[in-house]
Amino acid sequence: MNSEEDYKNSKGNYNNSKGNYKNSEEDYENSKGNSDSLNIRVESYSAMFQRAKEKSEGVFIPFIVAGDPDFETSLQIVRELVEGGADALEIGFPFSDPVADGPTVQSADIRSLNAGMTTAKGFEFIRKIREFTSIPIGLLVYYNLIYKMGVDTFYENARKSGVNGILAADLPPEEAGDAVKAAEKNGLNQIFLAAETTSNERLQEIIKLCSGFLYVVSVMGVTGARSEMGTSTVEMVGRMRSHTKLPLCVGFGISKPEHITEVIKAGANGAIVGSILIDVIAENLGDQDILKAKIRESCREMKEATLKDQIE
Amino acid sequence: MIMSGKFGRYGGVFVPELLIPALEELEGAFLKYREDKKFNKELEYYLQEFAGRPTSLYFARNLSEKWGCKVYLKREDMLHTGAHKINNTLGQGLLAKYMGKERLIAETGAGQHGIATAVVGALLNIPTEVYMGSEDVERQKLNVFRMELSGARVLSVDSGSRTLKDAINQAFRDWITNVDTTHYLIGSTMGPHPYPTMVKHFQKVIGRETKEQILQKEGELPDAVIACVGGGSNSIGIFSEFIDDEEVELIGVEGGGEGIGSGRTGATLSVGTEGILHGSFSYVLQNFDGQITEAHSVSAGLDYPGVGPEHSYLKITGRAEYVAITNKEALRGFELLSKYEGIIPALESSHAVAYAEKYAKMKENRGRSIVVNLSGRGDKDMFLVAREMGEKI
Repeated sequence: MNSEEDYKNSKGNYNNSKGNYKNSEEDYENSKGNSDSLNIRVESYSAMFQRAKEKSEGVFIPFIVAGDPDFETSLQIVRELVEGGADALEIGFPFSDPVADGPTVQSADIRSLNAGMTTAKGFEFIRKIREFTSIPIGLLVYYNLIYKMGVDTFYENARKSGVNGILAADLPPEEAGDAVKAAEKNGLNQIFLAAETTSNERLQEIIKLCSGFLYVVSVMGVTGARSEMGTSTVEMVGRMRSHTKLPLCVGFGISKPEHITEVIKAGANGAIVGSILIDVIAENLGDQDILKAKIRESCREMKEATLKDQIE
Repeated sequence: MIMSGKFGRYGGVFVPELLIPALEELEGAFLKYREDKKFNKELEYYLQEFAGRPTSLYFARNLSEKWGCKVYLKREDMLHTGAHKINNTLGQGLLAKYMGKERLIAETGAGQHGIATAVVGALLNIPTEVYMGSEDVERQKLNVFRMELSGARVLSVDSGSRTLKDAINQAFRDWITNVDTTHYLIGSTMGPHPYPTMVKHFQKVIGRETKEQILQKEGELPDAVIACVGGGSNSIGIFSEFIDDEEVELIGVEGGGEGIGSGRTGATLSVGTEGILHGSFSYVLQNFDGQITEAHSVSAGLDYPGVGPEHSYLKITGRAEYVAITNKEALRGFELLSKYEGIIPALESSHAVAYAEKYAKMKENRGRSIVVNLSGRGDKDMFLVAREMGEKI
């Protein structure tokens, strides 16, 4: 899609009606042309998983929404995550209608959008993270944000800002042709979801397109902390392990260090944890120092759960 | 998936992986049972005996004289629960029963689809839960009570815009969590495949009857078929039978709200752009980044920032024309039909009536025959219309 043309077509259709979020035309224009100059050092997913393997540990990947509760605070939170021991980052771009997410992530999306987050600013956010870390960064988005910018342009921007991989929550293999092509063209990983209900046949289809790691959904449901981990998760990880050499990272519903240890013991390479961290953000909006300290502390606890002495 | 679920470039299955097996199961069941004699016989029985089909194609004599055209009304407003919605809820409800599902969920804006689902839940003995935005729950207390009387549980949705769009998001989340036991009974020709195709299948009965009836009364096809478009099920239902008859003009009427340039509109096809919402690629109301914006229309049924993918296809191929009618014009349509024909239309259908008047008054259309799909009755809108007219009731 030609985004210039799109930009013209969309002008004036979305003035100030209630609930409409910041219009990023300006951000978009401002961000043009300044991204190629960055010389970014980016560690690949495979190098990161190799590094963990050599230490006989699992990887811990925290998830937050870019710009929650605002751009600056969010950036500081990412800094705490990195210092707290994150092996990679999963960064969400907020969407108005996140059907795969529970109330925790949706609230984060709303806080971020209300604070003025846009897709262009999202890439700016990634570039800022790249100033202090080279660990892999995965984007978690809904496909409309990609489509609206233009698939090629979105992936190009992702590459230029230092993203490693992209997972679109509502993009199954059936619809992923353009995205996979754009990912390959830009040397990015296209990451897919697989769940308990995913048949072996379908799993094969997903694995053909998937690179970086396979995102294994641990519960039937939307994102959000759960108190218990189903026993079926262990079986599912085993089944997927038997089908692919791709690294497996388990996410959705993981809320305790014990869950992390459990999924890694079951054969997963890592765990993705979002809602519990976002809960910490939501509960400490008033005090940044406490917020940062708590985020770093949670991150440490969860990273510890992946260590050799825990998983053996 | 057996079919791609595409209408040209539009449609598809843009959903989280967790839902794919459920959509595959649903597609399989739909393809199987739509050919099944027993299923069709049972559906036929309920459509006749429970819902009140066939509905008449009524010649509106007074309006015809006034407008200088032959105006026919397809009386879906005469159906049980007051609108065409029951055609689809009976079809999908029965399908869910054949599939062995133990629970129905649905989304509703004003409550019409919720009620049509609730009564089918009662009829077929399937526990039913209906998601409704908390703002709509407040605005439509009467319909909430109706659903509850039919044994459904109404779940108020407090996230996002607290209206239809977020009720749909919440219903999807529920379905993702309970796919094994639950059928999500979507109320319009929207959503991921197979919904647009399946809902069309169950609404086609409107067009089938209309064609037969007009041929009987006029001996020829109508010059134009006019229907309102929200998600787009009543319009697809009546259009479908005429799509191959190229001499018949198909006109979809969107909720223009305060006007298509006002920023407060539900006219997705008129002012929207292509995008992905609720599982399919179609036209949507969105901002520069692709964040979905809120729709606005006086009629809750047209107050949705997306539209069924087949309508996008019919628009882009030029087979159907889409126009917008403002809130004000729709209220005039409402009053006209009430006053001259003694038929009180739903505010949604009033949009089609209002455009029919415009169409009839164009010089080149003099004497032509028009079918207006009167998709629902206006009982539900009494308080709102009275308020708009400055009456206290």
